[in-house]
Amino acid sequence: MSGFLQNTFNGLVGGAFYALLALGLAVIFGMLRVVNFAHGAFYMLGAFGAYVLLAEAGVPFWAALVIMPLALGLLGMVLERAVIHRLTRLDPLYNFLLTFGLTLILQDLVKSRYGVQSSPYATPAELSGTVDFGLFDFPTYRVFILGFTVLLCVAVWWVLGRTRIGMVVRAATERPELTRAFGIDVGRWVTPVFGFGIALAGLAGVLAAPMRAVNPLMGADLIIVVFAVVVIGGLGSIFGSVAAGFGIGLVQAWGEAYLSDYPLVSQTVVFVVMAAVLLWRPAGLFGREEAPA
Amino acid sequence: MTERTERSEGREGMPGQHGMSATVDTKAPPARSGLLAVARAPGWVRYALLAVGLLVALWLPNGLYPAVAVDILCWALFAVSVDLLLGFTGLMSFGHAAFWGTSAYLTGLVAIHAGLPFPAAVLAGALGAALLALPIGYLAVKRTGIYFAMVTLAFAQMVYYVANEWRSVTQGENGLQGVPRAFFGADLTDDYYFYYAILPIVLLGLFAAWRIVHSPFGRVLVGIRDNPARARALGYPVHRYKLTAFVLSGFLAGLGGGLFAVGHRFVSLDVLHWTTSGKAVIVVVLGGIGTLWGGVLGAALVVRLEDWLSFSGFEAIGLVTGGIFVLVVLLFRRGLWGTVAHLLRRRGAARRE
Repeated sequence: MSGFLQNTFNGLVGGAFYALLALGLAVIFGMLRVVNFAHGAFYMLGAFGAYVLLAEAGVPFWAALVIMPLALGLLGMVLERAVIHRLTRLDPLYNFLLTFGLTLILQDLVKSRYGVQSSPYATPAELSGTVDFGLFDFPTYRVFILGFTVLLCVAVWWVLGRTRIGMVVRAATERPELTRAFGIDVGRWVTPVFGFGIALAGLAGVLAAPMRAVNPLMGADLIIVVFAVVVIGGLGSIFGSVAAGFGIGLVQAWGEAYLSDYPLVSQTVVFVVMAAVLLWRPAGLFGREEAPA
Repeated sequence: MTERTERSEGREGMPGQHGMSATVDTKAPPARSGLLAVARAPGWVRYALLAVGLLVALWLPNGLYPAVAVDILCWALFAVSVDLLLGFTGLMSFGHAAFWGTSAYLTGLVAIHAGLPFPAAVLAGALGAALLALPIGYLAVKRTGIYFAMVTLAFAQMVYYVANEWRSVTQGENGLQGVPRAFFGADLTDDYYFYYAILPIVLLGLFAAWRIVHSPFGRVLVGIRDNPARARALGYPVHRYKLTAFVLSGFLAGLGGGLFAVGHRFVSLDVLHWTTSGKAVIVVVLGGIGTLWGGVLGAALVVRLEDWLSFSGFEAIGLVTGGIFVLVVLLFRRGLWGTVAHLLRRRGAARRE
């Protein structure tokens, strides 16, 4: 029983990263109709930034947790204004290609400076050790990640559900033409929302730094899994993306624990689930069938 | 089921616009495809272009390092297979490395273990790729637009993971080594002669793609690309057409991948990596979406450039390919062939006035 709980906990922590990335992808897609391939690259930059800040300037984890999302969010806003903005009126595939190109560039920039080997990042002292849950012990840092992510998701959910900005974002996500027809200036919110999505990716990266190997390629493989996650959840649904993120994390952790003889299972289970969802509900578990334009 | 998923198509793309080539330039005259522009050119122009193309193909290994020329041929097939979907069916596959790479591994395994002549091994690989394209395509065509790209990318990554774990067959990180170039006792170890050995196969593949595009089947595909709702209303089974196109495209990509494996005498996991899928798409965009021959041109340029970069000791190739990606998408969406065709059309139109 305690083993099961522990695996479940691990799954939720793994899922928290998917959820943070999927959340950012979903709000960006909702506002801009852009599927941001570079999301994984920004996650990597978040982790790498934290590492560089600590190694070269002695900036601690807690400061990096604030600095990196802000810096990357700003970079994201600049990118949106400079290039992505120019293509939003065309087929979304063009921005997919553009952000794919940006991914290659960002990845190679980091690679040529720091090489491909993984860099270690120490867990902050306040969060080392374990928490005793009675039935099992769990690393404090992972408890922190889970709590922090859940809090963040709740906060985003609250902003989207209870504030005026959230109302505009939701309306623009679900019925962009109608929202414009009501005279709401959707364009004003596009750049900040893009920056916010990127900031979430950067935040996930900083959170990942003490837990996962920090290297230039860490984001690319992850983002493809997150794509599968948002296809499962339904990219148009913000709740669906987050729920699918945690769900896939759980399934992967259980697969890893109980089918450990078959490492392939935990790597590919997300794609199998995606195939099943495509068969059963092509629009995604929480996605709505979209009305014809 | 079919109807329910089809209905979602309208909003996934941009409203009222389906397929990328349709959105390249709203001011473009009705003949959107560069291929059609050439097809409408006077007969002698078409034959002259064909003759020049064949002459260049025959001359290529004399002007370039033969191994690079071989790579160009393989990538030309790969690009044309992607363009068949992207340019003529309106589906952007971002996971074509799955078919290119699966065929490369299958070809390598057949050539190593069965000792068959290399064309037979390549055929086996391409058939295997087409077989893999069947389930992936069946699932992927349920979505359109950007979702189609994400789904194909995800399935290709799954194939990558399987190959990575299945070490007893794929040799994992070491790769398949010593893929033979057996051909009825002929000595093809020299890349120069190997180029001429595979040229007929590649030309056959390109001809097949050209035939597909100009067949009634190909016209239906273009119809589906431009207006899926109308194609369905006319009674065409849209999903089945897309799936057929996907499988044919998988076969052509497999043909290229198999030849690539024999050409390099080595297969590594790179052939299945997502960067390979992305490179295939950018080769097509650089050459010109929906132009078929543009992909050949794009392949030649990108392969040559990468060879030159690695030869001059430049490490960060991704920086350059990524830069090309960004620049082409921002400034040069018509691609090489598309731009030339467009200029010719404009001149033609000006002369008529």
